[in-house]
Amino acid sequence: MTSRSVLDISGLKVSIGGREVLRGVDLSLTEGRVHGLAGESGSGKTMTGLAVLGLLPHGARAGGRIALGDRDLLTLPPKELNRVRGGEVAMVFQDPATSLHPMLTVGRQLTEHMRHHLGVGKAEAKARAVELLGKVRIPGAEDAYGRFPHQFSGGMRQRIAIAIALACSPKVLIADEPTTALDVTVQAGVLRLLRGLCDELGLAVLLVTHDLGVMSAIADEVSVMREGLVVETGPRGRVLREPEHPYTRALLDALPDSSPESPESPDSSPEPSGSSPDSPPGETS
Amino acid sequence: MTLDIRDLVVEHRSPGRPVVRAVAGASLTVSPGEVVGLVGESGCGKSTLARAACGLNPVTEGSITFEGRPVAPLGLRRRRETGIQMVFQDPYASLNPRRRVGDQIADGLRTARDTAATPADLLERVGLPRDFAGRHPHEFSGGQRQRVAIARALAARPRMLIGDEPISALDASAQAQVATLMRDLAVDAGAGLLFISHDLSVVRLIADRIAVMYLGKIVEVGDTAKVWADPRHPYTRALLGAIPRPDGMGVLPAELPGDVPDPANPPGGCRFHPRCPLVMDVCRTEEPGFGPVACWLHEPK
Repeated sequence: MTSRSVLDISGLKVSIGGREVLRGVDLSLTEGRVHGLAGESGSGKTMTGLAVLGLLPHGARAGGRIALGDRDLLTLPPKELNRVRGGEVAMVFQDPATSLHPMLTVGRQLTEHMRHHLGVGKAEAKARAVELLGKVRIPGAEDAYGRFPHQFSGGMRQRIAIAIALACSPKVLIADEPTTALDVTVQAGVLRLLRGLCDELGLAVLLVTHDLGVMSAIADEVSVMREGLVVETGPRGRVLREPEHPYTRALLDALPDSSPESPESPDSSPEPSGSSPDSPPGETS
Repeated sequence: MTLDIRDLVVEHRSPGRPVVRAVAGASLTVSPGEVVGLVGESGCGKSTLARAACGLNPVTEGSITFEGRPVAPLGLRRRRETGIQMVFQDPYASLNPRRRVGDQIADGLRTARDTAATPADLLERVGLPRDFAGRHPHEFSGGQRQRVAIARALAARPRMLIGDEPISALDASAQAQVATLMRDLAVDAGAGLLFISHDLSVVRLIADRIAVMYLGKIVEVGDTAKVWADPRHPYTRALLGAIPRPDGMGVLPAELPGDVPDPANPPGGCRFHPRCPLVMDVCRTEEPGFGPVACWLHEPK
């Protein structure tokens, strides 16, 4: 592989209110590759994504290094960081119904940051926006430009959110559970789109998901997180088929058995009662 | 037969908009102690069907009977039929944030005129500590809240439990647990369970029978294992084929072209024909009005 690393996260630590949610995360994203980040809820995978964009919740303290080229995103002054956010690093969120502004047209949401970051004129921004809508395969891109998010279905909205993320030709795309809110049939389309864009544009994608099936479909590398640490990293085929870490194996074993027989065996044992949150290890489906 | 839905049609009317046939002639039965999973893409009418079965949506045509009596759409404060209870999608919205969960569960007990059980007993049944009854909903995590909502539904001693996407608002790690819990509790109580979800992998885990819905119609019904191993309707095949498998092979799941058509203006003939890979001439003109697989390829002889 001749691809080079675009974003390097090393020793990333985040604490919120004295509690360490990330305890030294190391990840590296390369051009044209999808890096999957798996783990159950509360393991810190979303926090890792947010830390890259400097979107950590109020009061969070971050340590370590997030290197984009030769800059450290953690120590960048806010103004510079604003230039990176939405420009060089873009993000797609889980639920397109909430991540799009309901009262602005799709076109407005597509061009606003484009004009800000790239300094292009109105007409040029529009032309680019229509082209982008075509690229994410929205039917009738020209018409779609003037419409509002509620006039689109969930899958189309997520495509629009992806188009918005891609508008400023980012190098890095962070996708936080981009298909979790979608139906499986729609999910398949969005996954194909993400994979295609990654190959075509040479994007470095960080795909945060709990769904190992999604992971297996489009990720090149897979990292598994648990309690704020990356417990295993490696190429997709190896991690999913010959996991080295017992936790990864537990995650895989917890999946519904993919052989057609035995629908009767609920492989998730009832969770032990107690005041613990609903997240015993090995229960991710 | 506990719950019997026959040729149900439910229309949504809103001023200035065309009439939307959310459910366009669907039939489904749920027996006591049986778990039926209803799956389909969003917008196919599965939630509307569930709400109608509970008496929350007026029925336009067809009938819904529960233990031989029709389910009447009554006002919430004068429901006579408490044998059907529902667990809603979002426990953040379905529980009253200002009342203790014990009091909310006690409402259900009062409905069933149950003086023997206490809210704490029900909390125990759903796997929560007994002393949580004095807490408010905000003190629970999403999965725990949904357990409370299930406890509240069970308190009324339902003979039929309906879950309308009860797990889709939960974290992935809690989904399988809550789904299995619902199954176990319903089966133990001898009640039927109609479990609605768009997540096929979870439905497969808990359901005895699967019903697949597309654009207001049920296109395939069958035993879970059979449907999973040998899906017959092209739509069921597409749904199952779209689930990515965690085999580490990097296979992109098959895409079903097109979107769900507008239910206000469904395509003629078989409703699936514009997206169907195996479409024939007859599909464009005539609607397959038979079961258990509503497809011209599987016409009963």
